[in-house]
Amino acid sequence: MLGRTIFIDPGRCIGCQACVSACRECDSHRGKSMIHLDYPDEGRSVASLPTVCMHCEDPVAPCAEVCPADAILITADGVVQEADPTRCIGCANCVNACPFGVPKIDLESKLQMKCNLCYDRTSYGLAPMCATVCPTGALFYGSLEELQAERPGVDVSTMFAFGDVTVSTGVAMVVPAEQRAAPLPGGLPAGGLLVADVLAGTVGDGSRSDGRPAGGQADRGRPDGGPADGGPPAGGLLRVIEVNGRPTPGNGAPA
Amino acid sequence: MTDRPVPLDPPVLLGAAVPLDPAVAPPGTRDFRDAGGLPASGWRADQAEQTLVPTHCCFCGVQCGMYLRVNAAGKVFGVEPRNHDINRMRLCPKGINAYQQVNHPDRLTAPLLRRSREEPFREVGWEEALTYTVEEVRRIQREHGVDAFGLLGGASLFSEKTYLVGKFARVALKTRHVDYNGRLCMVSAAGANKLAFGIDRAANPFSDILRTDCLLIAGSNVGECFPVMTQYVWGARDRGAKLIVVDPRETAVARTADVHVALKSGTDSAFFNAVLHVIVQDGLTDEAFLAAHATGWPELKAKVAEYPPERSAAICGVPAEQIVQVARLFGTAGRAMAWHARGIEHHTQGVENCLSVINLCAATGNLGRPGAGYGTITGQGNGQGGREHGQKSDLLPGGRSINDPEHRRQIAGIWGIEETELPQAGTSMMEMVWQMQRREIRGLIGICNNPFVSLPNYAVVKDGYDKLEFHAQFDFFLSETSANAHVVFPVTTWAEDEGVMANAEARVVKHNKAQEPPSGVRTDTWVMCELARRLGVGDKFDFAGSREVFDELRRASAGTVIDYYGITYERLEETGGIAWPCPDTAHPGTPRLFEDGRTYHPDGKVHLQVVEWHPPADPYDDEYPMTLTTGRTVAHFLSGNQTRRLGALVEQTPRPWVEVHPSHGFRNGEAVRVVTRRGASVLPALVTEAIRADHVFVPYHWPHPVAANALTNDALDPRSKIPEYKVCAVRIERAEQLDPVPAPPMPPGREAYPEAQHSRSDPLPPTAPQGRGTAERG
Ligand code: SF4
Ligand code: SF4
Ligand code: SF4
Repeated sequence: MLGRTIFIDPGRCIGCQACVSACRECDSHRGKSMIHLDYPDEGRSVASLPTVCMHCEDPVAPCAEVCPADAILITADGVVQEADPTRCIGCANCVNACPFGVPKIDLESKLQMKCNLCYDRTSYGLAPMCATVCPTGALFYGSLEELQAERPGVDVSTMFAFGDVTVSTGVAMVVPAEQRAAPLPGGLPAGGLLVADVLAGTVGDGSRSDGRPAGGQADRGRPDGGPADGGPPAGGLLRVIEVNGRPTPGNGAPA
Repeated sequence: MTDRPVPLDPPVLLGAAVPLDPAVAPPGTRDFRDAGGLPASGWRADQAEQTLVPTHCCFCGVQCGMYLRVNAAGKVFGVEPRNHDINRMRLCPKGINAYQQVNHPDRLTAPLLRRSREEPFREVGWEEALTYTVEEVRRIQREHGVDAFGLLGGASLFSEKTYLVGKFARVALKTRHVDYNGRLCMVSAAGANKLAFGIDRAANPFSDILRTDCLLIAGSNVGECFPVMTQYVWGARDRGAKLIVVDPRETAVARTADVHVALKSGTDSAFFNAVLHVIVQDGLTDEAFLAAHATGWPELKAKVAEYPPERSAAICGVPAEQIVQVARLFGTAGRAMAWHARGIEHHTQGVENCLSVINLCAATGNLGRPGAGYGTITGQGNGQGGREHGQKSDLLPGGRSINDPEHRRQIAGIWGIEETELPQAGTSMMEMVWQMQRREIRGLIGICNNPFVSLPNYAVVKDGYDKLEFHAQFDFFLSETSANAHVVFPVTTWAEDEGVMANAEARVVKHNKAQEPPSGVRTDTWVMCELARRLGVGDKFDFAGSREVFDELRRASAGTVIDYYGITYERLEETGGIAWPCPDTAHPGTPRLFEDGRTYHPDGKVHLQVVEWHPPADPYDDEYPMTLTTGRTVAHFLSGNQTRRLGALVEQTPRPWVEVHPSHGFRNGEAVRVVTRRGASVLPALVTEAIRADHVFVPYHWPHPVAANALTNDALDPRSKIPEYKVCAVRIERAEQLDPVPAPPMPPGREAYPEAQHSRSDPLPPTAPQGRGTAERG
């Protein structure tokens, strides 16, 4: 984990896309938004999930590893930078290699663009734009101590399992306490998927490419990272909601 | 990188599912067409110097602090987060994009005029527009009496301007017919607050939410309508508070609530009466508090005894156990708090719904303490301030009553007129439209409102406005309403003038001027004062600007409940905002009310009110069996005249939709005709389990023919005169073709900024009510 980094807590996210708009205002890629905001539980709930570059640490950033032009540089502080425009050949290897689906190719300029942790801000001690404006703290920038001072007892993880490979990242995800020891299922938020499911291989690699979870529910956990009430219903298929039969369509609160 | 799109194949630009030419795009890439155009992507790194002007957001009642970035040429070109204690640098997407309005190509920069609606507008000079307006005011008032001319204000104006709207109506137009668009927003809460507490504002500041043990949110989609307030809600939960959300939809805050009560729209008071019933039964009332600080408890207790959970459960469509659960959570909490918004206020029993929430707080002794209390969340930026100083049909500055002889004398004295010259109370905004239909009102000036989108029952509204012999609007973008007028005065945005607004906490904050208005544009203050001068009362409107108006407002409010006397621009700049009442310049303001257990009634007591539930005005039958409820989405604001022109917000949510439960058998994106007794609209279905099966939802920011308000009911609450936006009878049917989303209106010969309008023709509903996911964009 980076010393000061972004902590993502999808349980707090309200899907407002302030992060998407704010990213566009950042001077380093003004006019283009680098952050992804998905509604992974489409049709079932309004759950939402922001994705920034995770600044992979081990193995060293897959995007950089596959870059044939050595355009993606990693600064000493661990930030994986946007492709250097004087080197990038727009081949999109990085797009295909990134397990989190982060980089994009700007088809106008045929150059890669991606989240660089707002380097023009963070290198001056400011927080990145997305984490600065996020109305809910779903994106938090600071040290782990600062996070835990604001949200007592919160647990985080920087380990993500993709099949046999576990990627450890510079950016951290807030998780329920019992998830801390095991890697998280491939970039998906915790709480909705059982670790056993991951080990059984229900989440394949590249599961993020369509912006949706590969199976099961999105995080229905509490914003404080506490255990999700009741867990996801078996099968994760459409649940029938009767008009009077069910008090809380979709949030799993006790009836 | 270039600014202009290179001429790619149109399908590529539109993101359609065509195989990308590998010479253009390598395999695996997706282009992202981002929110286009000025100023965001038109900006270049040539801003050698910039000034940060501290101000607040122009949109909702949270009133987040922000800096506007001003370049060396004195033009606003960006936004920078500001560490104001309300928002701690946080902003929602509306706040971030707000600055783009200031130098937007769609701005009006010359008055528009036409003598009949058959002619097109032509641009004219200010002299001609003002002269014609004054001639028409004089003619209509001479031929049909002074009250045949009306004035409608708005609650997104600075308080100084709302004060001037009231004064301009009574002193310059001498008409009783003045009202404002807050009538569509939160007058029900205002009415309930006055009845129960004798004061009209939220009782606790936002920061008290962090100290509560149990937070009840009734009828408020906080995550989308007041996004930055969510930080307080989550902050409370981080500290262990329980969260109860009462809403027919599973909104972003309801999704992870401890209890989400998905009741039927229009049954709130039955629900809250039953909750109080259980609280009484379980002995969870605070009898000591009630004995010392409340009147009407025996009557209220007797009434709620008639609402056992089983009865209300049947009315509300929720399990009785859930009512018991809410009662126990709320009743046993050390400090409990309730906040509500339009969801319970937009009803023909809006005032009563709010009272039933107040009853709950008072009966459990949850008032006037940190973390224990009651609040109503104002929708518009100045929803609170806009209703305080006299643009409401029955109120004078300082919340004085226009029916009270003593109050009339005081204000007549301050305005330098005879008490007899002061008109009597007028009618509410919707009633004024009915009077236009009957030709009782023949001329109208509208300032800062867009009733063609915001009033219910569009057919009636259009008919009323069409019957006007003369109609003028003040606007900075041509709204749907302005496009139907005779005269349009181009006025300033919030960044081109200074003034104050009062947020949902009744905290008065100062907005600062960041740039000069474009040439040809005047402040609303200047236009009202100039019209007043030409109407012969220039001596009473001798204001150079907001500062002078604010000084008169302070004096006019001195000694009232809504006392602004101690608030000055200098103090606001030093403190970051002061909550009224603030009677003198050494007074720190009053962030929390009732700390001494006294309300603002003469007896100092909470006046508990008996509430009887009744069904909504629009009856259900076989033809209209379901419930339509309406509301907002996070990327747009009110009538959308501002946000439908900002590229990023249009990209996020290009069009309206109808939210339906999967049990109705529609596929996502299918065309659905939504039919009520007043109109029909064909919208794409957003199929989701996050809404009750017997409800559909349509967001209201778009105009006819995709207007939610072509469907809604213009039945009014008898006390507050708020329309029943939140519930009416509806049926849905399969349709062939979607109704088109119209472009924002523009004067003849001009086109709405095309880069911001790219996705408006998107036939699909957004991915979720909050908008299209970034992966779903072109
Ligand atoms: S700004 Fe925060 S709450 Fe809003 S969508 Fe982004 S991460 Fe979620
Ligand atoms: S998340 Fe993707 S873009 Fe970011 S460092 Fe890892 S591989 Fe590279
Ligand atoms: S929450 Fe309200 S005040 Fe704050 S940025 Fe959004 S619209 Fe503006």
